[in-house]
Amino acid sequence: MSTGVLEVRDVQKSFGAVTAAKDISVTVPEGAVYSLIGTNGAGKTTFVNMVTGYIKPDSGQINFRDRNIIGMAPRQITRMGIHRSFQIAQLCNELTVEENMLVADAIHGATGPSFLRNAHDKDARARAIATLERFNIAEHRDRLIPELSGGVKKLLDIAMAMAGDTQIMLLDEPTSGVAADEKFPIMDLVMDALRSAGVTVIFVEHDMDIVTRYSERVLAFYDGRIIADDAPDEVLSDSEVQRYVTGAPA
Amino acid sequence: MQSNLIISAIVALVALAAGAVILPDWAMFLFAMALAKGLVCLGIVGMMRGGVVSFGQGLYYCLGAYTATLVANNFGISDIFLLTFLSALVCLLVGIAFGPLLSNYRGIFFAMLSLALSMVLYGSLSKMSFIGGTDGLNIAAPTFLGWAPEGRPLQAALYIYVVTISVIAGTLMRIYFDSERGLLTLATRDNELRVEYLGASVRNIMTYNYVFGAVLGGIGGTIAALALGHVDPEFAFWTTSGEFVFVAILAGYLSVPAVFVSAIILELVRSFSNLYFPNTWQLALGIFLLAVIIALPNGLGSLVRRWKGNKA
Ligand SMILES: Nc1ncnc2c1ncn2[C@@H]1O[C@H](COP(=O)(O)OP(=O)(O)OP(=O)(O)O)[C@@H](O)[C@H]1O
Ligand SMILES: [Mg+2]
Repeated sequence: MSTGVLEVRDVQKSFGAVTAAKDISVTVPEGAVYSLIGTNGAGKTTFVNMVTGYIKPDSGQINFRDRNIIGMAPRQITRMGIHRSFQIAQLCNELTVEENMLVADAIHGATGPSFLRNAHDKDARARAIATLERFNIAEHRDRLIPELSGGVKKLLDIAMAMAGDTQIMLLDEPTSGVAADEKFPIMDLVMDALRSAGVTVIFVEHDMDIVTRYSERVLAFYDGRIIADDAPDEVLSDSEVQRYVTGAPA
Repeated sequence: MQSNLIISAIVALVALAAGAVILPDWAMFLFAMALAKGLVCLGIVGMMRGGVVSFGQGLYYCLGAYTATLVANNFGISDIFLLTFLSALVCLLVGIAFGPLLSNYRGIFFAMLSLALSMVLYGSLSKMSFIGGTDGLNIAAPTFLGWAPEGRPLQAALYIYVVTISVIAGTLMRIYFDSERGLLTLATRDNELRVEYLGASVRNIMTYNYVFGAVLGGIGGTIAALALGHVDPEFAFWTTSGEFVFVAILAGYLSVPAVFVSAIILELVRSFSNLYFPNTWQLALGIFLLAVIIALPNGLGSLVRRWKGNKA
């Protein structure tokens, strides 16, 4: 068996009577783009949370480049290169868009955050603005977070997660809370940025058009289990997936 | 930016130091005490930026004061620089011991735990009759690198010392607040989850703020002890800590000078209202704070922010 950059093996997780992950096994090869689909409560976020260290599985193994990462804190896993965005964008509401980006930049700077170097240093600002420009949100740089649209928030959340050396990016519903006509432009921007950086991507998505367009492989979750793991066309035409996930023939 | 800061610091230093010539004795003493306490409050402001308020900063104020006094009385050391350094060192070590524990707590739990630690010190010192118990101890006047002034020169020297320390500490804290770590502190108050998921340790950030507060508290306590010539366990009592919090809230976290201005306001209000309406001065203070909180929710410092904003 070829080993992937991320190997999840026989992972289990229950919250009381709820089984959020049951015998989850996945191998994600370097540079691949995977999507996770499933109805509400199927266990998609739980998967993301386990890989990023927010939730510790009851049993099983999660290996990143052949190294077991179960038990590590989120920040340690982040430092290894597994970054994530959030279903509900996690931003600093009292800071401006640019300052949010500066926070990410300060943490991932070459020397680590400094006690002396001004956070609004010219070079840091230039880097932050360059990243904001890459995600097409530089025009909002001086605005506070509560004033932003859902799409801009999502993009900023992902832009911040991209800071540093990203090896794997887990995007939890990158287009939820985004206006319908913004979904494809946002995915185009994000996927371009991730692909050009050679990042392995795992994204959670409810919109099947986005799933087919951007992912090369789909994992269908149902009731904490993976009921299908294949190319998008195969998964979406699977009868079990149609019955439990998409609700209708694709 | 940085050169502006240095220029402001020098202007503040010169302006305040001029007080050594102009101010009457009582005012010089009042200012010295206010600035010493302002140092302690500056430490609280540093923690406030991270979203926590210590209700027990009297712990370090008292620890610094007693360290200086015990060292002075038992080892015959009277040099103010050395005494300040030793107190700061002791508070640094105690801060490093408690910081990692306290940095796990937020909100009321952080406030109460810090308060509890200060009250343990208060209780212990009150029971230790071999170091004066509740009566406390006297400390002799300090010397300044071998110079032993008396009378007005002593007062003036002490005043200039606290002015210098305050300006240096204020400048360093401003640099820290504006630094990358300073921004991380603000981000932590806002969204800890985000900060952790960017790969930084929230606990580490909070610990540093606590330790800086400890050192500032110790320095403030040392200077207050030397100015008063006396220390007692009241330095760690909750009402003392409460005053520090009062000043920190009055000042807000936006401006460093506002912290010292607020400390001076508190001392002025206290001494004048003590004089004219001795029984109700706390009431006056309470009403004053209430008015400030309603009018300026971010403290006096937001006035500076507003003024700068208008200029730009
Ligand atoms: N921290 C938690 N504590 C208790 N139960 C949890 C926790 N996290 C998830 N669950 C439960 O685990 C199950 C899977 O939840 P999860 O959030 O992974 O679903 P999801 O597939 O992301 O759904 P959605 O599409 O609504 O985001 C749900 O029943 C949920 O209630
Ligand atoms: Mg979810």
